Amino acid sequence: MTSDQIRQVILDILGRIAPDEDLTDLDDARPFREQMELDSMDFLDIVMELRKMYRIQIPEEDYPNLNTMGGTVEYLLPRLKDVPVGA
Amino acid sequence: MVAVESQSIAFGRLRWGVPLSDLDRIVITGVGLTAPNGNSLPEYRQNLLVAKSGVVNYETRYMGPVLAGVCNFDELRYQKKKDLRRGTRAGSIAVYCANEAVKDSGIDWPNVARENVGVYIGITEHGNVETENEIYEISKFEYDTKVWSHHHNPRTVANNAAGEVTLNMGITGPHLTLGAACAAGNAGFIQAVQMLRLKEVDLAIAGGVSESIHTFGIFASFAAQGALATHEDPTKACRPFDKNRNGIVVAEGGGICTLERLPDALKRGAKIYAEVIGYAMNSDAKDFVLPDSNRQAECIYLAMKRAGISPEDVDIVSSHATATEQGDIEEAAALRRVFGNSPKTFINNTKSFIGHAMGAAGALELLGNVPSFDDGIVHATINLDDLDPRCALPNLVINQPREIGPVKCILNNSFGMLGINSVVIIRKFQG
Repeated sequence: MTSDQIRQVILDILGRIAPDEDLTDLDDARPFREQMELDSMDFLDIVMELRKMYRIQIPEEDYPNLNTMGGTVEYLLPRLKDVPVGA
Repeated sequence: MVAVESQSIAFGRLRWGVPLSDLDRIVITGVGLTAPNGNSLPEYRQNLLVAKSGVVNYETRYMGPVLAGVCNFDELRYQKKKDLRRGTRAGSIAVYCANEAVKDSGIDWPNVARENVGVYIGITEHGNVETENEIYEISKFEYDTKVWSHHHNPRTVANNAAGEVTLNMGITGPHLTLGAACAAGNAGFIQAVQMLRLKEVDLAIAGGVSESIHTFGIFASFAAQGALATHEDPTKACRPFDKNRNGIVVAEGGGICTLERLPDALKRGAKIYAEVIGYAMNSDAKDFVLPDSNRQAECIYLAMKRAGISPEDVDIVSSHATATEQGDIEEAAALRRVFGNSPKTFINNTKSFIGHAMGAAGALELLGNVPSFDDGIVHATINLDDLDPRCALPNLVINQPREIGPVKCILNNSFGMLGINSVVIIRKFQG
């Protein structure tokens, strides 16, 4: 997957776990939690969704990498670059 | 709100049926409900009077088509989509009903001291739906428990439904979800009355809820027991007291009230639906599933003793009968024993319309009869085409509602597995 494709995957996940939010103008550089209602349980949903979709195990010490959209894409790109879209 | 009074005096008066002080008089001041045939008391009542059923064909996991009472309330009236995703169906039903009850009560909710509000919600079972869902989910991942949801525990803790109400409404007083099998709706009301009389809370939000149609296990277990109703016409499937009854129709729903001490209700000029004048709970101590008419009758007598009334003072008995063979026979025996010589007492059954709403049953069945205080009509028990002679009861209101004149007192039965019995008696408020 490309960076853009990974970003879309994360947007889709956010759309499911925070269905009341408008994600149209999400700023990739700002923390998710500054832009939407997202608590620790929601954050774990992101991790869980990635685990289910791509069998990725994200260790807890890496969670800070997932605070922003930009950081999340950067963190996931080397781990998902060989994974086809929709896998 | 009123000041605390001597609890020992209040207890003594309650126990022996001596007239209660006004501070011990508990009244229902708001009603919120969702039933398979109505999402407000007026709608629900109207459909009980015109025999509109809420039982439909329903697909359940693994088992395929079954019959069920399904609710269609506005889930998003008081919750966000995210709340629905994170919480449970029981919680959502409870949140809807609790908000509707508070709104109906007319209480100045923004200025209510939330630490003095108690939430007491009865439930038959909890956690089956959520656990089944998780097991189904991990089955798609070769039962890898690493994909088991972190939401599972908060969804399945036994206080879930009442807890979700406190989260939604900012209530910081006590909350309990009371596990009481199918006696749970009454149990919620009883807990509220007790806590108000003990002055533990100043306002109680109480009743019962059910999400049971979302677990295949409850259907499968009743089927294995030979107690799951089947019928080509879903609306005719639930047939209490009828010779051709063949079991239970599982339903979801909720019935929640606001309850207050009488002086508080009067002070704010509240609309008073009814006064709770008696209640009782006891145990059969006999069998896991089979009921016992003797203990049921004792429970009814105890509630009447506490209320200071006799059988002939009861205008309407809302029966529990679930349309199982033995259950209906046992309750009919209990009712004949207590009300056999009470020619002005009329008996009906609500499950025949909506199925068995489990934890909500006791609450919904009581609430559907409350409007009788105003209209003098007893709603019927429907689908009773061929009365089982073992269930013959005096003044059973069959298939058509009946006008009986002024109604002053209603008694509500609600019984459950493991031999739990509950009775609540309400009276038209007379000042």
